[in-house]
Amino acid sequence: MNAGWHPDEERLLDAPTIRPYVIARGRTEAQDRFDLISLAVTIRPTTGTEIGLDPEHQAIVRLCRRPLSVAEIAAHLDLPAGIVRVLLGDLFDRGFLAVQQPQPETDVLDERMYKAVLDGLRAL
Amino acid sequence: MAFGRSDSPQAPPKMPTAIKLLIAGGFGVGKTTMVGAVSEIRPLRTEETLTDRSVGVDDLSGVEAKSTTTVAMDFGRISIGQDFVLYLFGTPGQERFWFVWDELARGALGAVVLADTRRLADCFPSVDYFERRGTPFVVAVNCFEGAPVFDLDEVKLALNLGGDVPIMLCDARKRESGKEVLIELVKHAYGKRPTATAR
Repeated sequence: MNAGWHPDEERLLDAPTIRPYVIARGRTEAQDRFDLISLAVTIRPTTGTEIGLDPEHQAIVRLCRRPLSVAEIAAHLDLPAGIVRVLLGDLFDRGFLAVQQPQPETDVLDERMYKAVLDGLRAL
Repeated sequence: MAFGRSDSPQAPPKMPTAIKLLIAGGFGVGKTTMVGAVSEIRPLRTEETLTDRSVGVDDLSGVEAKSTTTVAMDFGRISIGQDFVLYLFGTPGQERFWFVWDELARGALGAVVLADTRRLADCFPSVDYFERRGTPFVVAVNCFEGAPVFDLDEVKLALNLGGDVPIMLCDARKRESGKEVLIELVKHAYGKRPTATAR
């Protein structure tokens, strides 16, 4: 059985590289949707029986019981940020997560914000 | 801007506002050290992959169009009460990863350029980049043991810095020192915010 298959061939697949793109099913179009510091939080837990949710989706839903940035999710799950963006897009579209985008550059003018950040840093 | 589906069973909880700060500078200048010194979490690493969308921004000459390049970035976080969370990203050292810089710089409040007086030229690209982009930045000279001690005015001159760019000495290993640098950066960014000059 599997006469043409040789164990060494498995190495050619380079699983750590390919695997994330299999999870995302080759999709990359969602990559511009979320910034590295977009925050995601779970608003509906998964039951584990949903169709079309991979273990990585489930892991994100579990992880985001507290708000986490795209960068943190990627680091915790050891996935490239681009893949996490795709998975977040799925979860957002299906209503499992709420996502808060960072303020655009021109909005980062809020005097209250600067004061709060300065006070916060001084108090560290 | 928060958004969720209207049929969500739970209203999204109030989330903090995320703010991005960058720590830039040459390879081995202490970017990750500084991130680690001030972060409330052990520095984490995230990877961005060079994709087609980066073509045209990055110089890909001599690089196969289909090849992917992965760039790792270290980052940390500082929570400011319930309302704000600062993310500090160490920028990738290699200049050919400008596409990541562009993404990192988008929406960033400001940047720290770390300098090492033994290899001052290493921070030129960072200074140029933030000047060109208009991102508020401060220069922090990391005091390595055994490094020649220069007058800050001399360093400022050598870097050809604009008169209003703050420059200071720091010890990237020390939390207190990193804190001072970040405070200086936020103060500087506050003065540089668009309304401050437009009004």
